[in-house]
Amino acid sequence: MAALQERRSGLMPCAFEDVDLEAYIAKVELLDSYGVRADLSAYDCRNNRLAQLCLEQDGFIEATAAAKKKYGAGRIGVFLGTSTSGILQTELAYRHLDPQTGALPADFHYAETQNSYSLAGFVTHYLGLTGPSFVVSSACSSSAKVFANAVRMMAAGVCDAAVVGGVDSLCLSTLYGFNSLGLVSRFPCRPYDAERDGISVGEGAGFVLIERVTAEDSADAMLLLGVGESSDAYHMSTPHPEGLGAKLAMQRALDSAGLKAGDIDYINLHGTATKSNDASEGRAVADVFGNRVPCSSTKGWTGHLLGAAGITEAIIAMLAVEHGFIPGSVNTQQLDPAMAIDYRIENGTGNIRRVLSNSFGFGGSNCSLVLGRQA
Amino acid sequence: MRCYVEGIGLLGPGLDGWATGQAVLAGNAAYVAAPTNLRASDMLPAAERRRAGVPIKLALAVGQEAFLHAGRDTSTAATVFTSSGGDNDNVHAINGILVTAPREVSPTRFHNSVHNAAAGYWCIAAESREPSTSLCAYDASFVAGLLESAAQVAVDNAVVALLAYDHPYPQPLHAVRPIAAAFGMALILTPWRSERSLAEIEVELRSGSGQEAVMQDAALEALRLGVPAARSLSLLAALASGKAAQIELGYFDNHLNVRVTPC
Repeated sequence: MAALQERRSGLMPCAFEDVDLEAYIAKVELLDSYGVRADLSAYDCRNNRLAQLCLEQDGFIEATAAAKKKYGAGRIGVFLGTSTSGILQTELAYRHLDPQTGALPADFHYAETQNSYSLAGFVTHYLGLTGPSFVVSSACSSSAKVFANAVRMMAAGVCDAAVVGGVDSLCLSTLYGFNSLGLVSRFPCRPYDAERDGISVGEGAGFVLIERVTAEDSADAMLLLGVGESSDAYHMSTPHPEGLGAKLAMQRALDSAGLKAGDIDYINLHGTATKSNDASEGRAVADVFGNRVPCSSTKGWTGHLLGAAGITEAIIAMLAVEHGFIPGSVNTQQLDPAMAIDYRIENGTGNIRRVLSNSFGFGGSNCSLVLGRQA
Repeated sequence: MRCYVEGIGLLGPGLDGWATGQAVLAGNAAYVAAPTNLRASDMLPAAERRRAGVPIKLALAVGQEAFLHAGRDTSTAATVFTSSGGDNDNVHAINGILVTAPREVSPTRFHNSVHNAAAGYWCIAAESREPSTSLCAYDASFVAGLLESAAQVAVDNAVVALLAYDHPYPQPLHAVRPIAAAFGMALILTPWRSERSLAEIEVELRSGSGQEAVMQDAALEALRLGVPAARSLSLLAALASGKAAQIELGYFDNHLNVRVTPC
């Protein structure tokens, strides 16, 4: 919260492994000298280190332990998003193949690191949970979509509570991959700027414990009010130019919350700072909300956290409600004049009760969340 | 959670489509192993067809077959894709490229590397803007997909297509994650019974490991154990038999109890 208020960005010039790209990244320095819990050492990789580091923040372990006591370990689901899981481990292992046989090093643990499920496997073991678990890997919408999974599973009676979240960590595949698409900026990313020229890749994690609403909950309880999902059916790596899929996701989120566009007080945009994402999303937001709702992308602070973007921005949305805070947009100098929305560059304050948060991914995978307090 | 099966798609080694697969799985024809008949889908435009790796071929083949079987428009259903791995050939290639300069990962290789690549291609080919998710639960990926699909049917009252697929890694990854063959399957699940319903299935999550249903034929049992997506074979065998059945599918600390009742 302090970093948001003080406009402290986590972006810095790229210094990661031996990556030779001119770019800015958001890197969690602590991970280089950090290890996962000894009994889970097979899971040790950058992604699970980041997962553990995040679980250890803000009393999350204590909150989960209390839920475990209340519901039982088998009644808490674990639904997590990641795009690349522990692939860095494999990238590094390929540098050390046996010169005779071509085999991977003996200490390479596929299931516990590279496999996408590795994250959920690690977190269930770390927290001692035994409910249903899986990983959603739909690129940059992954850790927004897990909210929908959790709500469904709880509505179906499969579990009584759920740990949702997402973790993505730096790896070469992502940095060189986005670079090959010409989508990586040489500067700290500038969402919705007229001169924006691409993303800054970051690593990050977030977790949220979800329980059912009860009569005892205070009026201030933070609620997941609605979720909307859609597909673009347009292109693998370019959003629909008119934002058709984005519009559908936002409209479905409002419908599922039983709300109208005017009920939303702030929109946390996907806002990756690529030409195409921001143009497409800006158009979709203008179509659904007009120019009356304050909007911003917080990726100037965090960089694009990919599979962890949804959860991070859902948490920022809840911070906005809790603190009556409207984040602006760091690094953005000159708003793109084509944007017909109320885009905020400077931070502000206001009575923020309900926030919509957008997450869109490769493959045309879209998800919008509505978070906040009951009217 | 109750849902109705309206369409089935199947593509695996010696299981070339549901019509032939059904006879084998019902025990009415002998299982003869043969390489999986992978082919490019005519659902895709030419440019996308060229870029399609094995998982996309598997997913589109079984998805198309299941929708045809159900007589449904592909644009009208939500989709749940589930796979332990994604495009394993592509992952191997990218890892190889990243070892040495100049590390040129092509745009196509990169966008095909996302776990939801098959879902992305499907939505383009199927012209579907409906919700789509892409799951992974290692060896239990099919089971997680079935649970998620049943929840979508029950809670969202939605028609859902479940597509599960897996295929072998090249070496050296094959040595640490052996997957026996390319295998895909799809089910069209609906919240209501129609004249096209083949069976009713009731899915329930239960704690404990349960009594995993096995295949009678040794080669089919080896396939079931050898490919995460082929953990679906016991359910498909129950559907093929046309008889009421109750099976259990392992899901880490839990299992799914699935009751199949023919319509």
